Amino acid sequence: MTQPSEKEALARAAVGAPGPQRRTLGRRVRSTVSAYGFLGPAMALVFVFFIAPGILLLILSFTDLSSANFNDPWNIIGFANFERLFTDPFFPKILRNTVFYVFTTLILFNLGLALVLALVTTSIPRRTGFFFRLVWLLPRLTPSVVYILMWRRIGQADPYGIYNQLFPEVLGASGGNLFLGGSPWTFVILTNGFIGASFGMIIFTSALESIPKDLLTAAKVDGASMWRIIRDIKLPLIKWPLLFIATYQTLSLLTSFEYILLLTDGGPGLFTTEVWALTAYKRAFASYAGNSQWAFGATWAIVLVTVALLLAAVYVKLFKFNELIEEPRIENL
Amino acid sequence: MTTTEIAPSLHPAGPLTEAREKMGRRFAYGFLILSIVPILIGYAWLIIATLSIRTEGLLPRNAEGGIGGFTLRNWDFITDSAIWNAMLNSLLIAVAMVIGVGVASTAGGYALSRMKFAGRKGFLSMTLVLHAFKAEMLLIAIFFVLRWLGDIPLIGDYIGFNSVGGVALVMIALELPLGIWLMKGFFDNLPWDMERAALIDGASRFRVWWQIMLPQVRPGLAALSLFTFIAGWNAYLVPFTFTVGTKVANMPVFLSQLISDTAPTNWNQVAAVGLFQMVPLIIFFIFTQELLLNIYAGGSKGT
Repeated sequence: MTQPSEKEALARAAVGAPGPQRRTLGRRVRSTVSAYGFLGPAMALVFVFFIAPGILLLILSFTDLSSANFNDPWNIIGFANFERLFTDPFFPKILRNTVFYVFTTLILFNLGLALVLALVTTSIPRRTGFFFRLVWLLPRLTPSVVYILMWRRIGQADPYGIYNQLFPEVLGASGGNLFLGGSPWTFVILTNGFIGASFGMIIFTSALESIPKDLLTAAKVDGASMWRIIRDIKLPLIKWPLLFIATYQTLSLLTSFEYILLLTDGGPGLFTTEVWALTAYKRAFASYAGNSQWAFGATWAIVLVTVALLLAAVYVKLFKFNELIEEPRIENL
Repeated sequence: MTTTEIAPSLHPAGPLTEAREKMGRRFAYGFLILSIVPILIGYAWLIIATLSIRTEGLLPRNAEGGIGGFTLRNWDFITDSAIWNAMLNSLLIAVAMVIGVGVASTAGGYALSRMKFAGRKGFLSMTLVLHAFKAEMLLIAIFFVLRWLGDIPLIGDYIGFNSVGGVALVMIALELPLGIWLMKGFFDNLPWDMERAALIDGASRFRVWWQIMLPQVRPGLAALSLFTFIAGWNAYLVPFTFTVGTKVANMPVFLSQLISDTAPTNWNQVAAVGLFQMVPLIIFFIFTQELLLNIYAGGSKGT
């Protein structure tokens, strides 16, 4: 007894097998088979590089894998890593750093400056506004290593630093290194903020440009002030883009650490600018004296992955649900 | 004459508002110019530094400490084969990404947009969640996946840990959720008539996709390709994490290796390498401005 193969089902459908029910079934099978043919490459990659690593990360967090026992079979040690994480002497500091970094950058740059830039560049002549938005896109376009190189030169100690040369008196007379000395957080937030602001700026700009012009003209004729127009007309009309950027960028900031890694590597000193995501990465890949603690790093990571997945699910529910449930119409020929 | 008489009535407060508007505009320009100063200073330093012996702040210095010291010596690396090797690796990663993301996203996006099948909704919501989710946190586990891929006989050396192919595969996978979602959006916007006619005439799904649908989404595919090329060209974290040494280093990793913590760094040569690496980006920046601004917003809108 062999199972009826897909080919047989297809063949039956092709000759127009009797009965409408049978035909629909055959068609559905055929449609599903070819759909998975199209999705094959994407599904394979998503499985190998998202699903499998996700499961692996969870398993790793219950082992004690480090470079000391790398070649041994994995050893399950229960929740010891989680206990170690939450009792780590630097845990409160890292948590505080993460919350501070995410919300300060988000509010000042990814939302705040982004909104101001969008409002200002849409209120001046089109070409000029476009030019300024284009310049703001440059940081995002620049390779991270080169971008951080520029900021490092801006914050370098005397006589090389650009800031110290331009404003020798302002930030104290020391003239020392700013990002690894006087004001590391300012530099961490500036470097990330100058990247983050452009995304919101572009989204808000297109939202602002789609507001009907007569609405704004009418308000102006009625003598509404600029501030009233922004507060009572523009902001309510771009409520959804604002909420979208807020959730999307929270997630982004929470899980990205590339620029901090390149700028301060969590320093100066112990954990001064180290955020959660960077801790996870450094435990696993760059621990001191060549001792990589993959399991412990995975523990930090899996906590963040859980938070990120929850946030992502909320974000999907909020914004794309309608598009999601819309069914393709072509099947109902 | 009549227009000048009517015009003031449009401005209830008359000349006062005009003056205020003028001031507002001046304030707007002042703010915008101020806001881009750090960006411009960064680039100004990069360009000045590549052409001088050493710099103090933004000033080029010559050997005696005066202003000057113009040199082209920082560009000597052009004759070094190591940089061309890094450039080749960068190019390989970027091109592999354009092809890989392009094929997998146009095929996957088409299926999700146009076909009804069991599991469609599940895959769609997964794509969306993964698109919002940032994959950097999975790098620890991907390290082990790549090591296992490296153990596959014959092809293992090309797709495992410490290989350009492995880096490219990871980068392709990380860009896929965005690519699939974007391409699905482009397919969603196409009319149904031609496709339906072809299907009724008995064309296969593959033929419909290849001959009728793909030519229509060419602008979308071009935008996605530009986006993935830049992402691949600039890739730092993934190649840095999954490669060792100079042979498989791409340009950003090569550049970061020049910046040493132990030996004195030749910052002016580093600047030159950095600028050299930006050549294709500068070309894109000059010729595809409108497209660039659109694709960096595209992650959210799907069109």
